[in-house]
Amino acid sequence: MLDHTLPPPLLDVRGVTLQYKTREHLVTATYRVDFSVQRSDRFVLLGPSGCGKSTLLKAVGGYIAPVEGEIHLKGTKITRPGPDRMMVFQEFDQLLPWKTVRQNVMFALETSGKLRGKAADDKAMQNIEKVHLTRFADAYPHTLSGGMKQRVAIARGMAMEPDILLMDEPFAALDALTRQRMQDELLALWDETKFTVLFVTHSIAEAVKIGNRILLLSPHPGQVKAEMNSVARDADPAHAAALEARIHDMLFADRVEEDEHV
Amino acid sequence: MSEDISRPEITRELSSSEEFGVIQQKLTIFEQLFNQVWLRKVVILILIAATWELYGRHLDNQLLVPTFSDTVIALWGGLKSGVLIDRAATSIQVLLIGFGVGVALAALLTILAITTRVGTDFLETVTAMFSPLPAIALLPLALIWFGLGIGSLVFVMVHSVLWPLALNTHAGFRAVSPTLRMVGRNYGLSGLGLVLKILIPAAFPSILAGLKIGWAFAWRTLIAAELVFGVASGKGGLGWYIFESKNQLDIPEVFAGLLTIIMIGLLVENVIFRTIENRTVRRWGMQH
Repeated sequence: MLDHTLPPPLLDVRGVTLQYKTREHLVTATYRVDFSVQRSDRFVLLGPSGCGKSTLLKAVGGYIAPVEGEIHLKGTKITRPGPDRMMVFQEFDQLLPWKTVRQNVMFALETSGKLRGKAADDKAMQNIEKVHLTRFADAYPHTLSGGMKQRVAIARGMAMEPDILLMDEPFAALDALTRQRMQDELLALWDETKFTVLFVTHSIAEAVKIGNRILLLSPHPGQVKAEMNSVARDADPAHAAALEARIHDMLFADRVEEDEHV
Repeated sequence: MSEDISRPEITRELSSSEEFGVIQQKLTIFEQLFNQVWLRKVVILILIAATWELYGRHLDNQLLVPTFSDTVIALWGGLKSGVLIDRAATSIQVLLIGFGVGVALAALLTILAITTRVGTDFLETVTAMFSPLPAIALLPLALIWFGLGIGSLVFVMVHSVLWPLALNTHAGFRAVSPTLRMVGRNYGLSGLGLVLKILIPAAFPSILAGLKIGWAFAWRTLIAAELVFGVASGKGGLGWYIFESKNQLDIPEVFAGLLTIIMIGLLVENVIFRTIENRTVRRWGMQH
């Protein structure tokens, strides 16, 4: 019934099976995964390790081709990486160490042919200001803390104004306090521009906090277990806690069965 | 049972800053001087020169070990008459040609190696084959192929630069994190663009190390080659200068020639390469 009112999705993932090879094995990471992301969604891929959520994100990024199924962005099939889908990685080494903060953001804009010269510089500085790093614009990445590096990566992603921002557990390597602050900042940034983001995490609390829509994946190989709406951000914390408990039960229901089979 | 023992909570007032005594204090002049690396090294150099001078005087045989002062006088004489400068210039010129060709070939090989799998196999095979082969061992062959001229020298120098540089560069490329590669591809880079804009700067510490090793190898090979066959196209280099001086039993000149080689080596290492390092990999925090 709801489908009639929905516009065509921005990102459409249909029946995607992903496999990768290790030295000895062919591993199926996800099996026939479907989901679609609407404009301005904060769409979260949630699942335990081994559910192929990062692999799925890389497939959307164009780094891995599905063996079955298709991924479409704005109606166009994804075949290779491109600046219309900016990645923010978990690793702190995603910034180019030979460029300053400002140059890192500018380099993305100029290399992808989006903007040049002064325009690129202005755009870079605007976005660096948004993540509160103006003071560090001319610092090299190795002088920044982990949280600051992730903020630069987010600024770089936003400056490119991609159709969708792909975030692969961007806060997982941060300490708990910094992580919480970064989550709040990300939501504040979203309030400003309402960008579309596809966010991968293994933390239920983070998924409920960041996302407006959550895709639950089961492990080995990743299959869609549920797709659910998160609670409103200004809702009673008890609702969030209840949702977290529900998700927890769904994710770990099999775990008990598996253990019993052993 | 720790629950049974009740412990009081503690809150304390911090001491006011006047009570600390020292928070930050300048080191004494001597401590500051001792922290200067260059100063410590200069002192070591002076000690070596003094030991040399004393031993030379004690031995009193200019044909075996001339004193430091005799060597300096010979060096000064060589510099003033322009002979040493001329010889050094000849050597450096040949060296730069050989080094340049070696770097170009290494770039070609490694780019081939990271863009194609066959290229990787090729590079690994040839470096494994030729890298252990001393350049000088190729000199007789080079003389047959290229004759008594710059050609032979360049050939052996390319051999000494190419393999260590290619090996280091390739290792550097392979060590570039997958994340950085993905970042580059995210911007739409691929092929040569990815190599030039992401891989080369990311692997720059290894490339620079390779250049340093290549330079040192080439420099040694050149001097050795010059000692073996001396004059190339009518102009001799530093190796030839040493050889010639030895034949005339001008041993202080031999030492002056050696000293020149050392000084050029130090200059390149401590001025040129150090400057490049400070402006690049150190500044980027890729090397400490």
